Amino acid sequence: MEDQKMKLHCGFIFSNWTAMFGLHEKSLDFELVFVDWVAGEARTKTFLSNLNPFGQVPVLEDGDLKLFESKAITRYLAEQYKDVGTDLLPNDAKERAIVSMWMEIDTNQFLPLASTLIRELVTKPYQGLATDFTSVQENKEKLSEVLNIYEARLGESCYLAGESFTLADLHHLPPIHYMLKMEEEGVKDLIYSRPNVTAWVEKMQSRPAWLKTVIKGDHIFELMKQHRMPMQLDSPCQEMTGLAQKTAMVTENT
Amino acid sequence: QHQTHHIESLFLSQSSNSFLVPKLMAGIKVFGNATSPSTRRVLLALHEKNLDFELVNIDLKDGEHKKEPFLSRNPFGKVPAFEDGDLKLFESRAITQYIAHRYESQGTNLLPADSKNPAHYAIMAIGMEVEAHQFDPVASKLVWEQVIKNFVGLTTDQAIVAEEEAKLAKVLDVYEARLKEFKYLAGETFTLTDLHHIPVVQYLLGTPTKKLFTERPRVNEWVAEVTKRPASQKILK
Repeated sequence: MEDQKMKLHCGFIFSNWTAMFGLHEKSLDFELVFVDWVAGEARTKTFLSNLNPFGQVPVLEDGDLKLFESKAITRYLAEQYKDVGTDLLPNDAKERAIVSMWMEIDTNQFLPLASTLIRELVTKPYQGLATDFTSVQENKEKLSEVLNIYEARLGESCYLAGESFTLADLHHLPPIHYMLKMEEEGVKDLIYSRPNVTAWVEKMQSRPAWLKTVIKGDHIFELMKQHRMPMQLDSPCQEMTGLAQKTAMVTENT
Repeated sequence: QHQTHHIESLFLSQSSNSFLVPKLMAGIKVFGNATSPSTRRVLLALHEKNLDFELVNIDLKDGEHKKEPFLSRNPFGKVPAFEDGDLKLFESRAITQYIAHRYESQGTNLLPADSKNPAHYAIMAIGMEVEAHQFDPVASKLVWEQVIKNFVGLTTDQAIVAEEEAKLAKVLDVYEARLKEFKYLAGETFTLTDLHHIPVVQYLLGTPTKKLFTERPRVNEWVAEVTKRPASQKILK
């Protein structure tokens, strides 16, 4: 079974980090293909018909299989490569149900709030758009209530679904990572004012797979900042080639 | 973004006549409201599997879901919550997945035919994520504007309806293309992916948004197929 290397079509958004994190936890080799979705690269006819009809990254190619939606990707990696790297999903149906539940909590309770903060405070400035500070305040308040529940939960067990690190924990780290970089007052505090949540985040941040993910993720972000001013969208092809070359260099060296 | 508590909080409470007779042997309990789409998602899975269960009514109008004892079952204060013996869960899509796996050999199979194949499972998983991220936030807003608001005497905001319908149309175009290749969203058989859509689809069928389904032949056929299933009929009662 000597498949060609997996490919991860990846861009500037935290869910891409989640997919990379999953691949690194599984010690899987992959080729990183940078997709500048902010410049519209995920909306081309080719992308929509070959990779993801919803025009979003990340997309994982494993042989003929093409997968999108980061939670579908990580679940696939956890099951297809169960015997390799970290075990990310328990076998028992009831334990697995608890993992699923915390992944749903991420999707429905945590992520809508965290991703709004990221969009307002990171993505929009990058695109040269104005931040809606009312929305930021509202989401900070709601996120505080949600994190109270996480604080209580993480007082009962080391990780969200029990005593082991699972997909449920993995999915939370990339958005939290972005939150911890925010200058905006009070955002970091949402995490750091809660000792159990802080301990959980710090444990995860020291995972070797996470350290590899951050190196790649930060480098892509730096490349993007260097190569694209928000208003300069005239020659996307040239920029894409330049970025693609640099990205290839990054992936070969890490 | 999701309308989070709004839809749930304005559904009427059910009368006690709708309780199922509790069976001492039944380990399965659902704490929810029979009119709420997320509760219905779980009821659908239970009916598809012909499982005995008790529905314990949570009075949303009274805010019962935001108080104890319900909060001990779901600290996020949303219906439904669920119990199977000593397993306690919430989040409808985690509950349905548990039911589909735990009772795999019973009733309708809600997993792909070759469920142990991670690649096949992944295709269904993509569909479940698409329902949760692309379909539900938009479709639920349309139910809120056109069903809930009318019900409580508020005026539908037609500008929002138009905006959300435009988004839903794009999603349904992708579904139309998909359903031209396959009978159901995840392949040739009915799975959780299809099931998760049913409660909100049923509400939209009672609104002008229905035209977005009827305009798309394969989507229209799929809607008819999934809503005529006996389990889908049972949850409307």
